[in-house]
Amino acid sequence: MKQLENAIETNELTRHFNGLVAVDRLSISVERGEVFGLLGPNGAGKTTTISMLCTILKPTSGRASVNGFDIVKQDTQVRKSIGIVFQDPSIDDRLTGRENLYMHANLYGVPPGEQKSRIDGVLKLVELEDRANDLLRTYSGGMRRRLEIARGLIHYPKVLFLDEPTIGLDPQTREHIWSYIEELRKAHDITMVLTTHYMEEADRLSDRIAIMDYGKIVASGTPSALKETLEGDVITVKTKDPDRLSSMLAGTAGILRANVVNDTLEVTVRGGRALLPRIVETATKSGVFVESLSLREPNLEDVFLHYTGRAIRPEGGDELHGLAAIRRRCIK
Amino acid sequence: MHQVTEIRGIYTLWLREIKRYLRDRARIISSFVQPLLWLLIFGSGIRFSGTTIGNLTYQQYIFPGIIGQTLLFTSMFMGISVIWDREFGFLKEILVAPISRFSVFLGKMLGDSTDAVIQGIIVFALGVLLGIPLNPLTFLEALPVMILMTFGLVGIGLTVASFIESLESFGVIQSFINLPLFFLSGALFPIRGDVANWLQIASSFNPLTYGVDALRTIILGNAWQPLHPMYFNLLVVCCFDVVMMAIGTYAFSRRK
Repeated sequence: MKQLENAIETNELTRHFNGLVAVDRLSISVERGEVFGLLGPNGAGKTTTISMLCTILKPTSGRASVNGFDIVKQDTQVRKSIGIVFQDPSIDDRLTGRENLYMHANLYGVPPGEQKSRIDGVLKLVELEDRANDLLRTYSGGMRRRLEIARGLIHYPKVLFLDEPTIGLDPQTREHIWSYIEELRKAHDITMVLTTHYMEEADRLSDRIAIMDYGKIVASGTPSALKETLEGDVITVKTKDPDRLSSMLAGTAGILRANVVNDTLEVTVRGGRALLPRIVETATKSGVFVESLSLREPNLEDVFLHYTGRAIRPEGGDELHGLAAIRRRCIK
Repeated sequence: MHQVTEIRGIYTLWLREIKRYLRDRARIISSFVQPLLWLLIFGSGIRFSGTTIGNLTYQQYIFPGIIGQTLLFTSMFMGISVIWDREFGFLKEILVAPISRFSVFLGKMLGDSTDAVIQGIIVFALGVLLGIPLNPLTFLEALPVMILMTFGLVGIGLTVASFIESLESFGVIQSFINLPLFFLSGALFPIRGDVANWLQIASSFNPLTYGVDALRTIILGNAWQPLHPMYFNLLVVCCFDVVMMAIGTYAFSRRK
């Protein structure tokens, strides 16, 4: 019976913080065995959503079930069913890697006879066997992350939550962690929920993606379906006066949309290359100097832009965090 | 099966506190210093100013009190570990684990209590070095009392810490609790007879008073006229433990 249910089901799940809405009537379902990506800028409500699903936060209203168990009424069963890799570090740095894993195994009721073999197994998976007996404080950020992923797997969870698994890591370590995650889903049949604000991460790892903004889902589907909804290619125009050029181009045949993003103009076109000279021509006629032009296929960044009307990273690349972001939302 | 999981959870949390404590050399060394200052400098100073209490030298008098003080200060200090765990994210790992909040509280309390009792034993050893008449039997009798006192005191520390957001405010609140409990426990001067009535009343509401009186009865023997009978002291301390355990479990169960 249980196997037929979805791994996660939420119904109008809502969370307020002192009158500010962090998650707004969220209804999603995640099938068993799939990797589900929650994509959105910091402060979109991704971590709040995960915290509710992990029974750390109580919902203000609405319902949700994880592995068939209600997150409020059956929180112990939910906890037994899940593994979590938190966004912020949550390991004891005064203990060794192995001690941290044993502690986790004991807290989750892994039979003592199986603990050693399971721990050796996960250590091997994340390639930390040689460092297992060192204190955590001697680990690098990437190694800590890997140990946390290993820890989340010891009790064979049905659902694994990965909250921003590669935030703050260097590209090489990120690549490493991505391949662990891919390996994991091949080897074990577990459902994964991944939150991220990195487009390429969501694109690479997820079977399905939900784009979240201001506490709501604005679009969802497979990465390719989402990209296909944006028919056409994207031409990026670098110029001093993108707004002017944008209005000049309006109405040109073949141009679907033009958006100004971080001082560059992004033009979505049908017909690709043929439109490149037309854009230059229009610019020259109106006296706007074009510094550079490039053409590419749409990515999730464009999907996000399309649905929310803004880039996932506001100008300067600095994002608002946590409550600050929620406040910004309310002022709007 | 279920209880086995809870007990293993409690054990693993206890073990964690012990390991952390034993790896922290600075803390172990510094634990000698404060009681030594009280016994050696404060105790000798007052003693040589001519103060005796009954037939006892002042140092002999305050020795059981300084054990009580060490248990109190260490227990309260343990609360910091809760704030520390929250700050460094480890508390989340414990709180999403599928064991009851009572077990989480109990594991932490037993671990911190073990650390605090070790500190108390160190003071006992200091007493031997300072020439306070002690024997192994006294120690064996005093140990269970020290353990009972510590449970409740650690409970205060953990409860307070779970309501406090930052290390700084915990420091302030800690001294707000430590010093009144210490001064009103009779650790430094007898609170009986001619001592002002309000002091005696305040002292009777202090759980530490009963613990210190029990320790004094054991350690000083006939030289000390107990405030209360032993069974009464122990009863009060046990009630205090039960109350703090209930409050502490509640404090750990709050979910935002």
